[in-house]
Amino acid sequence: MSHEVITPGDTLAARAASAVADVELQHALRNLDRRLFTARTVEESFPHLKARAAALRRETLADLPAWIDRTERVLDGLGVHVHRAATPEAARRIIVEIARTEGLTRAVKSKSMATEEIDLADALTAAGIETVETDLGEYIVQVAGERPSHMIVPAIHKTLAQVAEVLQTRADGPLPVEHEAITAWARDHLRARFLAADLGITGGNFVAADTGTLVLVTNEGNGDLCTIIPRVQVAVVPVEKVISRFSDLATLLPLLTMSATGQRISNYVTMINGPRRAGEIDGPEVLHVVLLDHGRLRLVGTAYEDMLACIRCGACLNVCPVFRRISGHAYDAVYSGPMGKVLTPLLSLDGTEGRDLPGASTLCGACTEACPVEIPLADLLVRLRTDLRSPGPVDPLAAEVGAEPPAGHDRQPGEGFGSRVLDSPLVSRRPARHVRSTAFDTWARLWATPSGYARSTRLARLGARVGARRGTKHWIRARVPGLGGWTATRDAPAPAARSFRDRWDARADGREHW
Amino acid sequence: MPAVALFVTCVVDQLAPEVGVGAVRLLEAAGATVEFPRAQTCCGQPACNAGEPEAATRLARHFLDVFEPFDAVVAPSGSCVAMVHHWYPRLVPDRDASRARALAAKTFELTDYLVAQLGVEDVGARVDGTVTVHDACHGLRFLGVRDAPRRLLTAAGAQIVEMEEPETCCGFGGTFSVGHGEIAGPLADDKLGHAAASGADWLVSGDAACLLHLEGRRRRTGIGPTPVHVADLLAGGLAS
Repeated sequence: MSHEVITPGDTLAARAASAVADVELQHALRNLDRRLFTARTVEESFPHLKARAAALRRETLADLPAWIDRTERVLDGLGVHVHRAATPEAARRIIVEIARTEGLTRAVKSKSMATEEIDLADALTAAGIETVETDLGEYIVQVAGERPSHMIVPAIHKTLAQVAEVLQTRADGPLPVEHEAITAWARDHLRARFLAADLGITGGNFVAADTGTLVLVTNEGNGDLCTIIPRVQVAVVPVEKVISRFSDLATLLPLLTMSATGQRISNYVTMINGPRRAGEIDGPEVLHVVLLDHGRLRLVGTAYEDMLACIRCGACLNVCPVFRRISGHAYDAVYSGPMGKVLTPLLSLDGTEGRDLPGASTLCGACTEACPVEIPLADLLVRLRTDLRSPGPVDPLAAEVGAEPPAGHDRQPGEGFGSRVLDSPLVSRRPARHVRSTAFDTWARLWATPSGYARSTRLARLGARVGARRGTKHWIRARVPGLGGWTATRDAPAPAARSFRDRWDARADGREHW
Repeated sequence: MPAVALFVTCVVDQLAPEVGVGAVRLLEAAGATVEFPRAQTCCGQPACNAGEPEAATRLARHFLDVFEPFDAVVAPSGSCVAMVHHWYPRLVPDRDASRARALAAKTFELTDYLVAQLGVEDVGARVDGTVTVHDACHGLRFLGVRDAPRRLLTAAGAQIVEMEEPETCCGFGGTFSVGHGEIAGPLADDKLGHAAASGADWLVSGDAACLLHLEGRRRRTGIGPTPVHVADLLAGGLAS
């Protein structure tokens, strides 16, 4: 990975601490506050719309392999070269090979998380193909040698002054610290790259299985230029971007833009139906679509299938109190925020990435509430905490694959949706034999009996009673073993001198009057 | 008179017993008869949220055994009640899942029970001063508790001044608050800062754990109004 590490730390906790202490980052992140809208404030019918969208997504996911096959056939019929890539490595190899075969040397890229996921820009550059990001935010992070910190606003972690400083390195003279001037410079600067490009790289927000339409949603028009100027276009499309019908866009498209930016529709919606045909004045002469799996298809039929419904709107990032404080880089993953905490470990085929991400959530549920396709993100985080609890690399799906689907939830395509995670049992899927499980097991055995509860709480209170006066609450400032994470930032409450049940008994005996 | 079983929660029992006393006094002031099943312990949420469903299930079964006989169960915590509603049916399998659902249907958060079940807003308490309400996450998002504490406080004469982002998490998050103190602290600062900016005398919420987290932070920084549980504040305004 050539990206500069800008939020230092070996662990998520260390990186989070660095992010919180970074004054400029904290200043820049205040720009996120105005994104603290929910789509409901844009569109009153949001609840209905999202129920519809959730159903549409589940319908496709229930039979995803078949919808992918159909998409491939339709694209093929349109003259699109379709490739299937099982891994990021395979996807990079396919695309570099296309560039070599076609003799391409200058690529322009529109914003795409899938290309981030496969590290495509670096791979193309390494293969001698000049690759320029054309979304302004992406361009800023590319020049800075970083990766996007937010899937919709990639440079949200930078202040305007920092942006000017970064772009300065590509400008002839000094750039004023002023939005419009910087944007105007970038427009000019990037225009020359567009005109010279022979390869356009895009992602794909949706691809319709019935018409083969590839849909790109952008606000800067750069997506359009990436598809109409270069001779060859390569679209990297994760398999779950397939939608069953073109008409589903009527629901999904406004829901995406509302949830992403609060717009009823984005400034540009690009729809591509195959390569340029005779008589057409623009569009790529050669169009390749790379369908990327990277562990996604194995999620179908598991409790994590819901995650594939994600349309990458970023709403869960915007409302997440943790994300709003630590920003995307602290996650040290392509996808950040609540959806990244779920998706990263699921896409880690060797079970090593993102293991500490699911723990970094208060489980407040703001993400679940904001999600326009009703992914139970907080529930999935809880489930991942279970499935990742064994020490060492672990496949979170080990306990899920082959598990019986919950009774009554064998869905047929078109039957509508039902969240698997909501209905599948949580327990007894994997024997737990590590320290944390043993500790919780011991605790639960103790507290599942009134006498065990009484004994253990009496013991805890003994310690706290030293020097305590009756009826007052005491606070602990010193570090307590096991509570160091708490007392580092807050005083910890000591057990009360008399528990509620002591006081209840005292009242019943007439020793105390409430 | 409606009879209710109080699930006081382990946090209140051990760390904030005054909240339990307040809950009993409010329920009685609203005309309910309160029972306290002595065998109760913890709902098991710490284990569930930590990703230890087996331990959580053990406590869920105990909870079921203790509270099933009662017509209504009331707790001064939206989070613990949400545990029963949201997770119990998934923690106990098959036949017991219907037991869990039946129990969830009669398990209520305190303010919600007073306002929506008993139809009581004026409990006869008098609270002078201004309050700002932090909507604790699980009560808000799993149970829809939003208006009930405000109605009770307003009926008691308190003036409610809403802070910025009352629905944003305070940063407690159970095991998160120990595992990620480096984030939990700043999130408490955000909440206390918003509460301070509201100018309110009290920072009121319905979950003792959130309040202990906020008070623990406030003791370090000195910023923000005094965090207090809605039951504690209201009961303090009852004629003794």
